[in-house]
Amino acid sequence: MNWLLVHLDTLRESLARLGHQPLASALNIIVIGIALSLPAGFYLGLNNLQTFSRQLSSDPQVSIFMAIDAGAAEVAAVEQRLKSNPEIGRVEFISRDQALARLKRSAGLSDVLANLGRNPLPDAFVVTARSNDPAVLEALHDQARKWPKVEHVQLDAEWARRLDAALNVGRMLVTLLAVLLAVALVAVTFNTIRLQILTRRDEIEVSKLIGATNPFIRRPFLYFGALQGLAGGFAAWAIVALAVLVLNIQLADLSGLYGTPFKLEWPRGDDTLILLSFSAGLGWLGAWLSVSRHLWVIEPR
Amino acid sequence: MSAEATRGSMIQVSHVSKRYAGGYEALRDVTFSVESGEMVFITGHSGAGKSTLLKLITAIEKPSAGSVIINGQNVSAMKGGMIPFFRRNFGLIFQDHKLLFDRSVFENVALPLAITGFPRGEIAKRTRAALDKVGLLGREKARPITLSGGEQQRLCIARAIVNRPAILLADEPTGNLDTAYAEEIIGMFKSFNQVGVTVVIATHDEDMIERLGPRILHLDHGGIAA
Repeated sequence: MNWLLVHLDTLRESLARLGHQPLASALNIIVIGIALSLPAGFYLGLNNLQTFSRQLSSDPQVSIFMAIDAGAAEVAAVEQRLKSNPEIGRVEFISRDQALARLKRSAGLSDVLANLGRNPLPDAFVVTARSNDPAVLEALHDQARKWPKVEHVQLDAEWARRLDAALNVGRMLVTLLAVLLAVALVAVTFNTIRLQILTRRDEIEVSKLIGATNPFIRRPFLYFGALQGLAGGFAAWAIVALAVLVLNIQLADLSGLYGTPFKLEWPRGDDTLILLSFSAGLGWLGAWLSVSRHLWVIEPR
Repeated sequence: MSAEATRGSMIQVSHVSKRYAGGYEALRDVTFSVESGEMVFITGHSGAGKSTLLKLITAIEKPSAGSVIINGQNVSAMKGGMIPFFRRNFGLIFQDHKLLFDRSVFENVALPLAITGFPRGEIAKRTRAALDKVGLLGREKARPITLSGGEQQRLCIARAIVNRPAILLADEPTGNLDTAYAEEIIGMFKSFNQVGVTVVIATHDEDMIERLGPRILHLDHGGIAA
């Protein structure tokens, strides 16, 4: 219990110390916030891009279009072949009428379509594989072309795979950026704590003289570093959230023009939690390195 | 040394020498012991080795030769991690006070208790008791810089006794004080000594020593001159 109180006291003290020098603290927190907001923002952007690409075309899939004059029996035969293939996951049948209805709903072409005498769309199957292996769908692509009354088979995996590869490159860049800026955060904290140790030299010396252990002396600095990092994490979150807010206003116009609803998602709860614990942890690390480096120099004489 | 010899002796300095890098010899073959509950003055001109002796006793420095045993603990053989706990045996009163000027009077006195890890209620109680003993109870919210020289010295004493140490070590406690203040301070040391605290005072204040007539260890050029 007492142990807990000691830590709470240190926490209170460190908060007070942050408040003591509001300008210096604010500048540090802003620097940390900006540094962290870059990888956090890019990460969020990538996530949004991926969500968007999933909306357009989810997992890699094959579309099989029947000929316009295909009868119910031929359609049923194709469906039978697809369903008996154990490697195929989901088979969605889209009838001509459904396809037309969808087109009317989504693209704002109802006027044009209403003028058409007959439905120009064929029956179609949308097929996804059970596994992520692209070879399954490629094989299906080649086979299905030879089935009777199959007009056209389209492999939709190609561009999705390219996008995925691009996203992977993006993710690697974000990771590199995060590592670089994490080092910057540690360096900022290291320096802040170094200055604090120098200004509190007397206090440290007296404390050592009257029996303070090293953990006791180290503790407030570690708390300070972690708190400053945490505050920087909050600042980064606020910067990213603000950017999402501003961009969504612009995107509302853009998506209105294109007819597809698209808006950026907010940072998710678990991502926010990771950001905050990451920044607090790095602040703590910077403080720890600084204290270890500088504290032993101050020995009572 | 036998168990007989160590029983009851609080400070035992045997054949201690201290030579600094560069060859300067601050202490040469010093031997003495202070019994538990004794009050002893260490005198000598400046540079005679008084401060060095106090540093060896509090493990700030290590002797080049000989041994220092405090309350049964051999200081020279002590591991680094033990030193903080060892230092809690002492109440230290420094020549330059070493007060923290960015903290209140109360916080200055509470520091040793916070270091020891007392709960907050206990810290407040003991801190006020110590401030009361030195007559500063009304000034607990003041900053040390607003106190007079005599009051700063008393604040120092309050910080030294708040942990109820076994040994009180003072380095020139009356250094810059006029006679009336100095007498008041010495009166305090005597009262702590009467309740069983071992008191060691390094001073060159000859008046004070003559008035008290205590046991004196006189250092002369790094050696004991009996």
